[in-house]
Amino acid sequence: MIAKAFGPSSIDISTEKLSWLEALERSVNLLVESGRTKPEYFEQVLASTQKLGPYFVVAPGIAIAHAAPSSAVLETGFALLKLEKPVASGSINDPVSLLFSFASVDSESHIELLGEFANMMSTPGKVNLLLNASAIGEIRDILSENLVG
Amino acid sequence: MKIYAVCGAGIGTSVLLKSNIDKVLSVLDIEAEVSAVSIATAMDAESPAQVVLITPELQDQIKGIASEVITIDNIFDLGELTQKLSASLS
Repeated sequence: MIAKAFGPSSIDISTEKLSWLEALERSVNLLVESGRTKPEYFEQVLASTQKLGPYFVVAPGIAIAHAAPSSAVLETGFALLKLEKPVASGSINDPVSLLFSFASVDSESHIELLGEFANMMSTPGKVNLLLNASAIGEIRDILSENLVG
Repeated sequence: MKIYAVCGAGIGTSVLLKSNIDKVLSVLDIEAEVSAVSIATAMDAESPAQVVLITPELQDQIKGIASEVITIDNIFDLGELTQKLSASLS
């Protein structure tokens, strides 16, 4: 389920030095490019982070940018921007290297998917594999090797 | 017992957190009803949860809540969750 949640063109690696907002926009745009959201989804993510701070930096080096379900979401899905130059967001879990974006069409259909995602990210060694991956195909393989429920 | 996993919208971070809380509680053999909710829902609930889990950035948003608040730095660290939940619930 996880592997399918990452559409074509939803994974990218940035070697540039980006600001937090640039990185955020780049990551959310991967959802746009892979057909999961409309461009205005970024405005909604931005509004949420401006109001509440970088609360979606949920683990050391890992962020999951998202906003509430809205008409800007076309299909539930994930994207991942890997930052080879980690970025400071203002969170205690800085700097961010794995900047996921997530969108859901409603508040029900994604629960199982997020459960699977939590399982995957809590599996010892998984995060390190992602941090050490240097090619998009390699990242996709790591995300697909999530066979344990 | 009622436990809330709280985040801004109640659809992302809190759902991830709930998933791992459920896993840890089943290992600890503790029965609880865990819900992923938004800050607003957590604050407005008629019967407050016994325990609320939240990420540190958001804890100011639930000041004054009538629940025990546990902050979780790394929501993917089952060790941290196990330690904090068992300290609070046992």
